Amino acid sequence: MSEKRKFGFETRMLHAGHIPDSHTGARAVPIYQTASYVFDSADHAASLFELKQYGNIYSRISNPTNAVFEERMASLEGGTGAVAVSSGQSAQMLTMMTLLNPGDEIVASSHLYGGTYTQFEHTFKKLSLKVTFVDPSDIENWEQAITPKTKVLYGETIGNPAGSIFDFESVSALAKANNIPLVIDNTLASPYLCRPMEWGADIVLHSATKFINGQGTAIAGVVVESGKFDYTNFPAVSAPSIPYHNLNFYETFGHYGFLMKLRAETLRDVGACLSAFDSFLLIQGLQTLSIRMDRHVQNALAVAKFLKEHKMVDWVNFAGLPDHPYHERAKKYLPKGVSSVFSFGIKSKSTNARETGKKFIEALQIFSHVANLGDSKSLVIHPASTTHQQLSDEELVRAKVKPELIRISVGLETTEDLLWDLEQAFHAISQ
Amino acid sequence: MNTNLSVEERNNYQNTDIIRKLLNTSRTIAIVGLSDKKERASNFVGSYLLSEGYTVIPVNPLKQEILGQKCYPDLKSIPCPVDIVDIFRRPDECVNIVKEAIEIKAKAVWMQLGIVNREAAQLALNNGLQVVMDRCIKMEHGRFSGNLHWAGMNTEIITAKKARFI
Repeated sequence: MSEKRKFGFETRMLHAGHIPDSHTGARAVPIYQTASYVFDSADHAASLFELKQYGNIYSRISNPTNAVFEERMASLEGGTGAVAVSSGQSAQMLTMMTLLNPGDEIVASSHLYGGTYTQFEHTFKKLSLKVTFVDPSDIENWEQAITPKTKVLYGETIGNPAGSIFDFESVSALAKANNIPLVIDNTLASPYLCRPMEWGADIVLHSATKFINGQGTAIAGVVVESGKFDYTNFPAVSAPSIPYHNLNFYETFGHYGFLMKLRAETLRDVGACLSAFDSFLLIQGLQTLSIRMDRHVQNALAVAKFLKEHKMVDWVNFAGLPDHPYHERAKKYLPKGVSSVFSFGIKSKSTNARETGKKFIEALQIFSHVANLGDSKSLVIHPASTTHQQLSDEELVRAKVKPELIRISVGLETTEDLLWDLEQAFHAISQ
Repeated sequence: MNTNLSVEERNNYQNTDIIRKLLNTSRTIAIVGLSDKKERASNFVGSYLLSEGYTVIPVNPLKQEILGQKCYPDLKSIPCPVDIVDIFRRPDECVNIVKEAIEIKAKAVWMQLGIVNREAAQLALNNGLQVVMDRCIKMEHGRFSGNLHWAGMNTEIITAKKARFI
C-alpha cells in the first residue's frame, strides 16, 4: 500500500496533501475561491458546527485549497497537521493565544526578527502576557528565566538578523524537563534545510511569505504541530471549552487537539485567515522549494566569501562560513546549508556608519531594496532604520543589530552578476 | 502519531491495511462505554460513525438510548451480528470485553487511543478476531476517507491517483 512507503522530501513537496478529485481529475490544485459550503442536511450542518464531523463551513475557518497547503507543510515539517494563517505575525499571535492565558509567560531568545520582538514586548503586554527575553547563547539564561508561569519557550532556527543558530538539543531538553512546549520560527531555514521537530520542537511557525512562497507574491503564515506534546495538564488547551459545551479538545482530539482548538476557536475568533488564492501561490512555491534552497545556499556562500575578502567590508556574519562561531552548530542542524540571509558591515571612513550603509544600498542595481527576505530575487535592507527601527539602542544591541549592519537575502540570479553589483556599489561609495 | 506501542506491536495492532479493510467492509460497530454526554470523546466518535453511515450500537448498562440508538447492557444482549467492538473502557476491563466479543463472533476488537491491554489483544488474535489497539476509530476513518484532510491534518497519503473511498 502506498501509505507505507516513506516518500522523500521532494516527492512530498509535490504531492503531499493533494489527491486529484474524482470528478475532474484536475492535476493542479484547484483554487476554491468560495466563502461558504453547502451542507448535506440540517443534521450535517449541526454536526459540523459541533466539530462532530470534519468538513468545511466557512473559509475563515477552513478551505480546500488551504487544506492542501496545510497538509503539505505538515508533511514537510514532520508534523501531525497545520493551520494556514494570514501572515507570520498572525501565526505567532494565534499560537500564543491558543497556548496562553492572561498572566502566563513566554521565555524567548533575544535573537528575533524585529517585528516579533515588538509584537511580544508591546502587543502581548496588552493581553497581560509577559515575555522574558534571554541571550540564547547560554542555556543557564533560559533556565533562570523560567518561572511556574512560563508556558512557552520561543526561538528562531536562524536568528534574524543576529545570524545565530538555535541550540535545539539543550533548549528542547529544558522544555521537556519543565513540560513546556518549545515553539520555533523556522522561516529562514525552511523545512528543506532544517526540521526543528526532529530536534525536539513541539510547534513550528513560518512566515510563508518568505522561502515557502519564494516569489514575494503572498503574505502568509502557518502553524505546524508535532502532536507529541502532552497537554493533559496544560489548562489553556485542555480546560473545558465553554463555547463548545465544555469540550476538552485534548481529550477528544488527542494529538490533533491543539490544532483543532487553534482553528475552531482562535482562528475562528481572530479571523486572521488565508485566502485560497494565496494558498495556491504557496503550493506553487513549495513545489520547487528544494531546488531553490540549494541554489540560495550556493549563491549565498559565494557572496559571503566575496564580501569576507573585500577590503571595504569590516565583518560578515554568516554561520555558513567556516570561521563563524556558530558554524559547527549549523553543520549539525542545517547540514545542507545555512540559508541565504545574512548581514555584513561596511568599513566607514566617516563616523557615520548609517550614512555609508544608506549610500551603499542606494548604489545597488540588482539587489532590490525591500523589507522582505526569501524571495528568488536578491534583496537588501538596513534593519536599524527599517525592520528594527522601533527598538531602542539597548534593544538593538541585544538583538545584535549594529548601526552599520546591512542584511541581504541572496537570490537565484547569476552568481557573477550579484558579485558585480556589490563591487560596483562599493566603487560608487568610495568615490 | 502518538502511541505507546513498539514498532512490532504497531505493525500488528495499527496496521493500515487491516484498518482500511476493516473500515471498508464493516457496517455495524458496537461501542462499549459510549457516553451520552455530548462533550465526551466517545460521544464524538459515535455521532461521527453514525453520520458516516455506520450502524452504531451503544453498550452502556446505565442508559436506555444514546444518540437516538437503542442501548444494550452488554455485548451478549445485542440481537444482531456485530462487525467491530470499539472499546472506550479502562484497560483492565478489556479482557472481559474481548471474551464477550469472541462469544458473539465479532469480526474485530478496536481499543481506542490510550487504551492498551496486550493480554486482551493476544486473546482476540488467538480466537481469529482482528485487533486494532491504541488508535481512534474516528481519526483513522477521517485519515483514510479524506475527512481529516479538511482540517489540515497530515493523513500521510501520497498518491497521483484520483480520490477513492477509504
